[in-house]
Amino acid sequence: MQVYLPIAELSVDALLLLGLGGIIGFLSGLFGVGGGFLMTPMLIFIGVPPVVAVATQANNIIASSVSGVFAHWRRGNVDFKMGWVLLGGGFAGSTVGVGLFSLLRSLGQIDLVINLCYVIFLGTIGALMMIEGTRAMMRRRRKAAPRKLHQHSWIHGLPLKTRFRKSRLYISALVPLGIGFGVGVLSAIMGVGGGFILVPAMIYLLGMPTAMVIGTSLFQIIFVAANVTFLQAAQNQTVDVVLAMLLLVGSVVGAQIGTRIGSRLQGDWLRLLLGILVVAVCSKLFVDLFTPPIDIYSVGVPL
Amino acid sequence: MNWLHGSCRLRKMGMRIGVILIIGILAVTAFYRIPSARASSLVADLSDHLIAITTGFSGASVLLFGATEEAGDIVVIVRGPSYPVLMHRKSRVAGIWINTASMTIENVPGFYAIASSRPLEEITGEPVRRRHQMGVEYLPIAPPPAKASPNIAEQWKSGLIRNQQRSGLFPQEIGQVSFLGRRLFRTRIVLPANVPTGTYLVEVFHLQDGRVVSAQTTPLSVSKIGVEAEIFDFAQNRAALYGVIAILVALVAGWLGHVVFRKG
Repeated sequence: MQVYLPIAELSVDALLLLGLGGIIGFLSGLFGVGGGFLMTPMLIFIGVPPVVAVATQANNIIASSVSGVFAHWRRGNVDFKMGWVLLGGGFAGSTVGVGLFSLLRSLGQIDLVINLCYVIFLGTIGALMMIEGTRAMMRRRRKAAPRKLHQHSWIHGLPLKTRFRKSRLYISALVPLGIGFGVGVLSAIMGVGGGFILVPAMIYLLGMPTAMVIGTSLFQIIFVAANVTFLQAAQNQTVDVVLAMLLLVGSVVGAQIGTRIGSRLQGDWLRLLLGILVVAVCSKLFVDLFTPPIDIYSVGVPL
Repeated sequence: MNWLHGSCRLRKMGMRIGVILIIGILAVTAFYRIPSARASSLVADLSDHLIAITTGFSGASVLLFGATEEAGDIVVIVRGPSYPVLMHRKSRVAGIWINTASMTIENVPGFYAIASSRPLEEITGEPVRRRHQMGVEYLPIAPPPAKASPNIAEQWKSGLIRNQQRSGLFPQEIGQVSFLGRRLFRTRIVLPANVPTGTYLVEVFHLQDGRVVSAQTTPLSVSKIGVEAEIFDFAQNRAALYGVIAILVALVAGWLGHVVFRKG
């Protein structure tokens, strides 16, 4: 069934979009990532102009994240205090990031920076998660001594120590603020919610329990995605509600299924699977950087 | 006004005749002619002057038909609205393909298609084809000499043409204009689903012995109609409100999904 998208200005198969939304929503509920890093390339692949793809997937992420957050909230897996602190950093970071984005675009290198960011960050994080997940599983199999919840390091010497009861953490509020800021900058440049950076950062840098990480990450992604949607709609008129609606029907359903399955899987398995997914996307982008393009000439966005 | 009180069928017929009359008048007034030696030797019209883009739009096809007074060849050029295009050129830096040059090219038609009764080369020579821009290679879409040498400009131009051909906006195949008898001709103009909106110009050339003896230009309007148009206008004119509504829709949808699944 073909549907014409009024802002993207092309017609696509509605079932394809429903399916795409479903897969992304499933991953979102399972791993706590927004799915933007998968959705944007896929939308571009089916012919949606990149500017519309970036803006519209942000709108879709709101829906799948809300759906996921409610499900996690019922299980008591959202640390709202931590979420607000991360969000504070995130808003400041994305403001800086938007400025950086404009600067890079005026230099004509935004595509390259986006690709390199994806490869570097996805590659590093994905590899770390895979190694960590595998190691943790092997450790459990050998029934070694239970490891500490988290290691103590210089991070714990910072001022403004705050207790995050839900996450069972007593750390400096500067750490989540800083992480939120860094993720905000990156998400503005890469046009994603930042879940795939935030989730590992919360696990490894903050030492939060994996179950708590996913709900909290989704909680803060709602606001970041809402901010992006509003800015894109108001400044560039690039949010396509017809496209978003089709995607979000699939996403909302997918997110619920993902959350259910995720709650039955062990944290280490989740990390390993997310790691594999991230590395797979990263390798594709990495190969693309070195593959000769179909045509060295390309048409940019109509001015 | 008597027919208004007649039976339903009569009224419908009356309306139909009225519509046909209006279309006819519009069509006639919409034409303007390129001056030519024999001004009345060519008449052509489209089956539709408005392509409506609605929810189910997946491309459109318009019939162009007409008659000539004498035998000859027909060339039809369909041209979409023009806009500036920003192009990039990649090259290899340290093994990675990077955009290393960019160029803005003015007045690129958003759509360009040709149909002819015989292969263009057989109909007329290069000078005539160049003058009337019969063929993508004659479109004035190269970067200006101030920005690129002729050699480089030609590369940008052919790169642009390749890109437009890949997205179906410059169909590579030349359409067939078929004659019914010696004087009546027809051809089908096919527009893909990704055509830009705006006013298109359909130029019809009548050639004899390689010379254009008469020509006619007909406008063709492609525009969004109904819900599609309303959404687009709303997004353009009330951008902030549109953004807020988009967010609210997403929030409600997410919440609904949760509620439905909790009960299910």
